[in-house]
Amino acid sequence: MEQLFFFYFAAVIAVASVLVVALRNPIYSALSLLIMFFHVAGLYVSLRAEFLAAVQVIVYAGAILVLYLFVVMLLNLKQDDRYHRQWPVAGVVGLTLAVEAVMLTLLKGRAIPPAPANTNETVEGLGNTEALGDALYSTYLFPFEVASLILLVAMIGAIILAKKDIGGSEA
Amino acid sequence: MSGIELLLEYLTKYFPILLFIFVALAFGVVTLLISYLVQPKYPEPEKLSAYECGSEPFSDARMPFPVRYYIFAMLFVIFDIEVIFLYPWAVVFNDINKVSIIGLVEMLVFIALFLVAYVYAWRKGALEWD
Repeated sequence: MEQLFFFYFAAVIAVASVLVVALRNPIYSALSLLIMFFHVAGLYVSLRAEFLAAVQVIVYAGAILVLYLFVVMLLNLKQDDRYHRQWPVAGVVGLTLAVEAVMLTLLKGRAIPPAPANTNETVEGLGNTEALGDALYSTYLFPFEVASLILLVAMIGAIILAKKDIGGSEA
Repeated sequence: MSGIELLLEYLTKYFPILLFIFVALAFGVVTLLISYLVQPKYPEPEKLSAYECGSEPFSDARMPFPVRYYIFAMLFVIFDIEVIFLYPWAVVFNDINKVSIIGLVEMLVFIALFLVAYVYAWRKGALEWD
């Protein structure tokens, strides 16, 4: 049954990913990316990573996709074939990844370091989000505060880059 | 865990979400279907043209957006990620506050750091429309 979930989500992810690059209309590409994000979230749920699934929906399907759509609209891409000439690069990258995938499958159990202790048992009865919160706000308190600092830097960087484009009012 | 058990567990835990997905899909499909079934169809070129508050459409709807929208989208992503940190905090709030108010303090430090970014964006005029 778990495999049934996995195969459904994996199949839709694969098809949607191909559609992202194969569709000619960039808006349709972005929408099939949305479908992919939701199914990745489903995959996380079937791996019992509920918090990660929620983050996937909120951040990727919610915010990152808006960024992509805005880029499409900012650049006014229509049915543009300019970007379909990158297939040599795509071929090299895709081939490398394919070889890696095959090697990982063949060398299973030898090349891969053992997975960390099964988290399913430790999290049992506690809930993914609670376990994460417990760890994040006690053991990993300092990295958590540093994350705020990184977000601050990201914000300042974004504003500096974007304001230059506008030729700003007061920047 | 056996297959059926697992399926039942998913169904009980994620039933509200399934219901949401189903209602959302059904709402779109049913609305379109009903309006397709009951509409009178007398197509004319004037009727089929895009409706722009009564005036004639003068260009394609797909025109470039101002870059301004992008700043808001970027700021939204950053605020979104900050909010993500609030969810697990809210879930374990009672646990970490049993002994002391350290949980409250650490989140206040987090938000204070972020407030600097917010004030910076505000002062730089990134939140102004133009």
